[in-house]
Amino acid sequence: MGLTCESCGRGVLKKKFNLKCGEEYVIALAGNPNVGKSTVFNELTGLRQHTGNWPGKTVVNARGNYDYKNMKFLLMDLPGTYSLLANSVEEQVARDFICFGKPHATVVVVDATCLERNLNLVLQVMELTDNVVVCVNLIDEAERKGIFIDIRELESELGVPVVATVARDGKGLEELKRRIFNVAVGIQTPSSRKMKYSERVEEAIREIEPKIDKLLKGKLDARWVALRLIDGDKTIVDAIHEHVYYEKAIEIDGRR
Amino acid sequence: MNNDNVKELEDLVELSEAVQSMHEDGLRDNIVKDIYETAEYITKKVVTKKSQRKADIHKKVDDILTSRILGYPIMILLLGIVFWLTITGANYPSQMLASFFFWFETKLTSLFMYMGSPEWLHGILVLGIYRTLAWVISVMLPPMAIFFPLFTLLEDLGYLPRVAFNLDKLFKAAGAHGKQSLTMSMGFGCNAAGVIACRIIESPRERLIATITNNFVPCNGRFPTLIALSTIFVGGLVTSRYSTLAATSFVTLLVIFGIIITLVVSWILSKTILKGVPSSFTLELPPYRKPRIGRILYTSLIDRTIFVLGRAIVVAAPAGLVIWILANVMIGDMSILNHLAALLDPLARTIGLDGFILMAFVIGLPANEIVVPIMIMSYMSKGTMLELESLAQMKELFIANGWTFVTALNVMLFSLLHFPCGTTLWTIRKETGSFKWTLLSALLPTAIALAVCFIVAQGARLLGLV
Repeated sequence: MGLTCESCGRGVLKKKFNLKCGEEYVIALAGNPNVGKSTVFNELTGLRQHTGNWPGKTVVNARGNYDYKNMKFLLMDLPGTYSLLANSVEEQVARDFICFGKPHATVVVVDATCLERNLNLVLQVMELTDNVVVCVNLIDEAERKGIFIDIRELESELGVPVVATVARDGKGLEELKRRIFNVAVGIQTPSSRKMKYSERVEEAIREIEPKIDKLLKGKLDARWVALRLIDGDKTIVDAIHEHVYYEKAIEIDGRR
Repeated sequence: MNNDNVKELEDLVELSEAVQSMHEDGLRDNIVKDIYETAEYITKKVVTKKSQRKADIHKKVDDILTSRILGYPIMILLLGIVFWLTITGANYPSQMLASFFFWFETKLTSLFMYMGSPEWLHGILVLGIYRTLAWVISVMLPPMAIFFPLFTLLEDLGYLPRVAFNLDKLFKAAGAHGKQSLTMSMGFGCNAAGVIACRIIESPRERLIATITNNFVPCNGRFPTLIALSTIFVGGLVTSRYSTLAATSFVTLLVIFGIIITLVVSWILSKTILKGVPSSFTLELPPYRKPRIGRILYTSLIDRTIFVLGRAIVVAAPAGLVIWILANVMIGDMSILNHLAALLDPLARTIGLDGFILMAFVIGLPANEIVVPIMIMSYMSKGTMLELESLAQMKELFIANGWTFVTALNVMLFSLLHFPCGTTLWTIRKETGSFKWTLLSALLPTAIALAVCFIVAQGARLLGLV
């Protein structure tokens, strides 16, 4: 495949997240707390897991490996969060990994019994990357409660692959691996639904997006950064500083 | 190149400051609202709900079990029912086991006589080790074999998270974490397990509070003590018809008292040496599940009952040996045991106990299960020979040694509140990694136990009850 850190622009993974990024695909696993994210993680990776801390944070991180179609996959278990708005260290860690780590695909595990609340996170992840696979877990529990989800319809609404699973029983995980493979390798290029905001927000975005684009020169999605600034997110400038200008920033400090 | 980057970053900072004014007029709320509305829109399109009566029933049950008015009474009632079933159910098999073991003891004694073994060997093996083991098994096994399956049933049904939900507010008010009620529930099984369960609390401050106070729920090593003493002393206060009910209510009251102490100590800790704001968390109530009887019986009987009993036996056997030696090796005209008891007696008397009881608690440090057997053995070694075949005889033995209702009450309170057992302390040391916190976990409960017993004993004395 000839896929290396340098060739895919994922040097930051190695530098910032201590990842051994060789000939393997990096997959991020996101989701709300208590949706069976860890079960999905365990079922996919089995015993091939390591745990540690996120660099500089007291948040536990778990990573594991699995093989599919002779390809190696590295699965990063992100902290369980309800949003990516960086309200807590966990949310910040999850956001930074998806945003700056640029994994080949991001799997968002959602709870079928309360889809609506879980979709908030899916929508926010899709603002950051197109390479999203949604895993609708606990589908059996939802059906017992009389909740039925039209998976095909959800797929067309979101514009990304959606897989229904019962991770506890291992149901749907083969399909999940297949869809992750397709997205990560590039067989399928999802075009995720982009959030349209109300006019006041869109107006504000139009005002500052060009300025940001000029500054960042395509290193990050300008619309997303604009939204964060409008949002009043204090951490985003630091995060860009840290992750995008990291090396240069050190030189600057040295010179002063 | 470098200059460009510096410039870019500086411009970005400038831009972000310029935008500050924007989000002040509610744009942030707008963003969140838009995301929520989109999620709602998609959900409406893809989700169909069939009114499932089951889900409605779950909700109705939850409304009752976690309601403001009924939540606590139901909780206390369920706890009471569990204790009542345990006390009623354990009585008969306990006596059967005891009479079997003591019938076997006489056979063993004849065997030793027949073989012409020396008196001390018979003393160590039969009167020391065997008798202690027989007591531990016949007093502990039946209540555990009933209590654990019932407790596991509540756990499997999904009731325990509702308990946590009910208690959440109280723990928050005490400056502790809502999850502490879950670690507390684990403590009913075993305090060492409860301390390990404190790992589920992320904040170190709140984890320490939960660790230090876990001891205030009686573990199964102390339940038999509480149950036996309240059966014979509290149950004995009323007519035999209501004695079980009285004993049950009293054990329930003791547990509630333990929870109140937990809350008070948590509050004091969070206002003094462990200052801080309770962190918020979202407690999700899992659905009620049909209990799996096979799994309940397996976990409760094999994982819990046999495990705990095995541990008790491992600790009790050598303890029986040590106590027999202490009781039979004479220094001057008194045994070592009597010397020790005499030493502790003045302190013990001020808190409504006696030297033998306090010594039993001290020697019982490795495991709370053996505290009552130690008391019995030391009383018996004083010469009051008794064949202990039933709780009634245990009562006679205690009364013959000067016990009153107040003594029994103080023993129960001391048992509920005193220092954690050796295993728990060792676990605390491992979990906190600090000798200082372990020491505090031992000293704080002990100080509280001494204070409460002192107040009760002196109060009873002032009121002329003793």
